[in-house]
Amino acid sequence: MRLLENALESGKFGVTVEMAPPKGYDFSEQMEAAELLKGKVHGVNVTDMQSACLKATSLGLCIKLKQAGLEPIIQMTGRDRSRMAIMGEMFSAAAFGIDTMLALTGDHPVVGDCSQSKPVYDLDSVGILNMLSTMEATGMDCGGNEIPGGAPKFYKGAVVTPVYEPQILQINKLRQKVDAGAQYIQTQGIFDLESMKRFMDAVDKANIKTHIMAGIIPLKAAGMAKYMNENVPGIAVPQDMIDKLAAAAAEGKEKGVKGLPTKLGIEMAAELIAKIKDEGICDGVHIMAIGAEKNVPAILEKAGLSI
Amino acid sequence: MIITQKKPIEELMAMLEGATKIALLGCGSCATACATGGEKELKEMTAYLESHGKKVVATAMSDYCCMNMSTKTCMKKLAAAQPDAVVCMSCGDGVQVAAKHIGVPVYPSNNTMFLGESVRLGLFEEACHLCGNCVLGTTGGICPISRCAKSLVNGPCGGQKNGKCEVNPENDCAWIMIYHKLEELGQLEKLTQTRPDKGYADVSYPRTINIRGKK
Ligand code: SF4
Ligand code: SF4
Repeated sequence: MRLLENALESGKFGVTVEMAPPKGYDFSEQMEAAELLKGKVHGVNVTDMQSACLKATSLGLCIKLKQAGLEPIIQMTGRDRSRMAIMGEMFSAAAFGIDTMLALTGDHPVVGDCSQSKPVYDLDSVGILNMLSTMEATGMDCGGNEIPGGAPKFYKGAVVTPVYEPQILQINKLRQKVDAGAQYIQTQGIFDLESMKRFMDAVDKANIKTHIMAGIIPLKAAGMAKYMNENVPGIAVPQDMIDKLAAAAAEGKEKGVKGLPTKLGIEMAAELIAKIKDEGICDGVHIMAIGAEKNVPAILEKAGLSI
Repeated sequence: MIITQKKPIEELMAMLEGATKIALLGCGSCATACATGGEKELKEMTAYLESHGKKVVATAMSDYCCMNMSTKTCMKKLAAAQPDAVVCMSCGDGVQVAAKHIGVPVYPSNNTMFLGESVRLGLFEEACHLCGNCVLGTTGGICPISRCAKSLVNGPCGGQKNGKCEVNPENDCAWIMIYHKLEELGQLEKLTQTRPDKGYADVSYPRTINIRGKK
């Protein structure tokens, strides 16, 4: 179906949402959220054991989503798989009609919840993209053997961290990813337009041609924002957002109403998305709701966004 | 240098169960520098074993336990004392060389940790993974394979915070170090060079290098 490719390559504003498979084999929560997202996004980007915490694999949930009529995007990290395992997984993905992927290096097992697991890192994000591009161009597998029936083709993506010092290192890595075949790029969560604009300027100056989708993380509480600022690399929630969330929590407490900060978070995310689109800052958004995917339709609606 | 660390003594004593007459082999190079197998540690080990019901029947110091010639001579001397077991206080390589030259068990007293630098007395840092195809010429002399937690060769992940690695904030991010060094050297353009994938076929082990022209 290549919904995301068709949207981005024809100049439409791309919208994807992130979803994590469960720990275990009960996919019902994910499938419920999926029903709400149907027809509202260009793709559901399924994480590959994000933060190195053990979950069902990306391929598993991608297949389920595909069967439910959504457009899954398979994430593929180099953390747990050698090049052989990655390529084999991509063959399987293609057999189920999955045609869009996102390549990542992957968080280190030591920071996750199965810390004794062996880090593989046979290929990093650039290496995975290079391998798939070569496969597509030559029809050969990673050992140089012909693939009977030809190589599957994927719309390939990668990630970038816009808030990073020195920025030249991220720009340089971005260039390598694009040269290796990344056709779209999604960013780490951004919270203010200015830092996104600065980053887009740097991309322009470096003359890198690709489609960039801004990462949007709807905030749920002041504490969540503070925690991310302190612990998640590349995240910088402005203080006034944190203050507003804290004020919403205080107001809720006073009036005895629950969920005011979440509501505010939805509004702030929607506002940011609308501005990004209206000002034409980049080519789309990638919403990372971190377990609150059911809120995404409300965000899209408030932002006035439909696909 | 090969960096070693002493095993918990209980672990060694468990290996030595049933053996009474013990011979000790120290190492004059890396293990001496790591204070795990030099003259001083040999004396300490002798005292410990003697006070725990063992008899140390012979001791020897090999200049390099990992060198066959030097270790063979030492092992002859130890064998003459007819020990029940030998404790080798070097790296794992030295233990294996020693074991070739005697018919009784040779037990390691150390854990072999990594190849690295003795930064100052008592401080050691990992610095090389013996990857078989050195890239230091393009990275300002800082090894991305051993000093980046993910061995990234194409530049950093997005994870460093204030120059510290996302995997262990005690460590500096290798790629930030590489960036600053290349900047200092006026070689920042080397950052943009893509490094060809080396693959792993050439490093399947065990490897042998023969520059003798004959066996
Ligand atoms: S690149 Fe690093 S691991 Fe490879 S040989 Fe050089 S120092 Fe050692
Ligand atoms: S933070 Fe730096 S050293 Fe740590 S894994 Fe990422 S690139 Fe490597």
